[in-house]
Amino acid sequence: MAIYLTKRSKVLVQGMTGAEGMKHTRRMLAAGTDIVAGVNPRKAGLAVDFEDRTVPVFGTVAEAAAATAADVTVVFVPPPFAGAAVVEAADAGIGLVVVITEGVPVHDAVAFHAYAKARGTRVIGPNCPGLISPGQSNAGIIPADIAAKPGRIGLVSKSGTLTYQLMYELRDAGFTTAVGIGGDPVIGTTHIDCLAAFENDPDTELVILIGEIGGDAEERAAAYIADRVTKPVIGYIAGFTAPEGRTMGHAGAIVSGTSGTAEAKRHALEAAGVRVGSTPSETALLALAQLG
Amino acid sequence: MDLYEHEARELFARHGVSVPDAEVVDTPHEARRAAERLGGRVVVKAQVKTGGRGKAGGVKLAADPAAAELTARQVLGTDIKGHTVGRVMLAQPVDFEAEFYVSYVLDRGAGRFLAIASAEGGMDIEEVAASRPDAVARIPVEPDEGVTASKAAGIAAAAGLPPEVAPVLERLWQVLVREDALLVEVNPLVRTTDGRILALDGKVTVDDNARFRQGRWSAQAPDPHGDPLEAAATAKGLNYVKLDGEVGIIGNGAGLVMSTLDVVAGCGARPANFLDIGGGASAEVMADGLSVILSDPAVKSVFVNVFGGITACDAVADSIVRALESVHLTRPLVVRLDGNAAARGRAILDDRAHPLVHQATTMDSAARRAAQLAVSA
Repeated sequence: MAIYLTKRSKVLVQGMTGAEGMKHTRRMLAAGTDIVAGVNPRKAGLAVDFEDRTVPVFGTVAEAAAATAADVTVVFVPPPFAGAAVVEAADAGIGLVVVITEGVPVHDAVAFHAYAKARGTRVIGPNCPGLISPGQSNAGIIPADIAAKPGRIGLVSKSGTLTYQLMYELRDAGFTTAVGIGGDPVIGTTHIDCLAAFENDPDTELVILIGEIGGDAEERAAAYIADRVTKPVIGYIAGFTAPEGRTMGHAGAIVSGTSGTAEAKRHALEAAGVRVGSTPSETALLALAQLG
Repeated sequence: MDLYEHEARELFARHGVSVPDAEVVDTPHEARRAAERLGGRVVVKAQVKTGGRGKAGGVKLAADPAAAELTARQVLGTDIKGHTVGRVMLAQPVDFEAEFYVSYVLDRGAGRFLAIASAEGGMDIEEVAASRPDAVARIPVEPDEGVTASKAAGIAAAAGLPPEVAPVLERLWQVLVREDALLVEVNPLVRTTDGRILALDGKVTVDDNARFRQGRWSAQAPDPHGDPLEAAATAKGLNYVKLDGEVGIIGNGAGLVMSTLDVVAGCGARPANFLDIGGGASAEVMADGLSVILSDPAVKSVFVNVFGGITACDAVADSIVRALESVHLTRPLVVRLDGNAAARGRAILDDRAHPLVHQATTMDSAARRAAQLAVSA
C-alpha cells in the first residue's frame, strides 16, 4: 500500500508541454507513473511522444478527465496562472492536485485551498517536490532514481532537498510513500494529514517527520502524534541557527504564542515521544535502529 | 518583505486610512526644515524594520525645529536591535483619548487570514495578549467573503472598539488584499480628542511572490541602508543572508542549507551566511556565490554542501572548477557532493586538484572539516 498515490493512480500534467513539464513528465514516466494526459489550452489535440508512451494533450482538465479517467494532476504552470489551474482541476473533480509551482502569492494559495477543500479535492503544495510511492508511482519532481525502493517507512517533509537526503540515506530500508508538503506559509496537505494517512496505511511501520523553522505546524503535529499516532515517529528539524529574519512582529507572536523556533518544535516533538535527530544522518540512524 | 513605517503609512493613506502629517528625511538639516513645515513641534521616529523602537530610544518628541535637528543628529546612525538608523520620519504630534490595536495576519495553520483587535492598543499589546487573552479578539476572515461592512462591525464589536473604527477595518482589509500584504498591523490606532480615527504607527509585510502583479515595489530601488554584502548578493539574484560566524555556507535547497548551518554549529563553529543556490548549478551562480562569501573578511573556510536530486553533482563540480578560474580562492573550500552523479562530480574535483579544495564524503564529516579549518585559521 501507499498513501494518496498508488500504481492505480492515473496522472495528468497541467503545463506538460513547457520545459519543466516535459522534463519531469519524462522522469515520472520512467519511474512508472501512469501519465494519461497533458493539458494546454493552446495545444489541444496534439500528442507528445515519450520513450514508451504517447501522451495526448487536452484543452481543459475536464476534457482530459472525461477522456482518460485521470484522478491526479501535477501542476507545472507559472505562478500567475497556478491558482486558476487548481480551480480548474477542482471543478473537474480531480481528487489530488500536486502543485509544484514555486512563487505562488499567498493570497492566491489561500483562495484556491478554500475552493478545493469545499469541493473535496486534496491539494499538495504549492512549492513542493510532490510525492512518490516507490515502485508504484511518482507525482512531482522527487528523483526516483536515487531512492526508488519500496519499503516500510513513510516520510513527510517541508523541505525538498532534505526529503531527497533522507530517502537516499535510507534507500536500503525503503519507503511506502514520501510526501514533500512544501515550505510555503499556506499549504494544502499538512504534516497532520500525512500522519493520519500513514497511521491507517498497514504497510507503513515508521514515520519520519521533517520540519523547519516558521509557523507552528510541527507543534500541532506533535500534539496530534501524542493523541492519535500509535506508530513510531522519528523527527528532524532544520533551522536552529537560522536568522530570525522575517518575523511577524507583534501579530505573529500574538497568533502562535511562540516564534516558531526550531528549539520549540524539537521540544514539542520530544514531549510527544518523538525521537529527534540532530543531523539528517543521525535521523536516518534512529529510523534504522527503530526498524530493527 | 517588511516595509518601513513610512512606506506602510503611504499605503494606508492611499487606501483612505487617515494618518498624521509627516515627512521622511535622512539628514539633521533636512529634519529642521521638515519640522518647520510641519508646525515646529514634531515626533522624530527612527525608520528601522524592527518592533519596540519606542522602548529602544528610537521615538522622541522635539519641541521646535532646532530640537528636531538635534534629535535627528542623535538618532541617525544609531543601532536599534541590530538595525542602523538611516532615516527618520518627522510627524505632527497627535492628541488622542484612546489607543486601539488592529491587525490582519496570516493564520498559517488554518490557511486564511485572521483579524486581531483590542481596545487596549499601545506599546504593551504583547503583554496584554499574554496576560489577558480575553482582551484581544481573534476573528477568522473567510477568503471568499473578505471584510465587508457587517464583518467590520462584528470585529469592532467583538474587540470592544467604537463603531466608527469599522470603516477603517474595511479599508485596512483593502490594503491587505490590493497590496498583496501578508501582515497589516496598526498599533496604535487612535481616536483623537477631536474625534478622528488615525493610524499613528503601522507595519506592513508584503508578499515577494506577488511582485509580478505589484509594479510599484519592483520599481523600488534597493534599500540603501541594508547590509552591503546582502545588497551585493541581491543584485546578483542570490538567496543570501549574512550571519556573524566564520564558516561560509553554500548549498542547494533552503531546508538543506538551514540543516547545514545547524550541523556546522554543532561542530563548534559559527556559520557566516546562508546561501541557497537552488536547483541551478551554473558556473555563474557558483562564482557569484563564492565571490560574495569570500568578500566577507570574517569567513575563514567555505563549505559547499550539495545533494544532487535533479541537480547533477557533475554539473556542480564543473561549475566549481570554472568558478575557480574567475574567483581567487584564498581560504579553504570543503565540498561534499552526494546523490545524482556524485561519483563523476567527485572525480572532476579530484582531477582539478586545487590545493585549497578538500572533499568529504558525508555532510557530517564535511562540516567537521570546515569547522576545524575555520577555527584553526
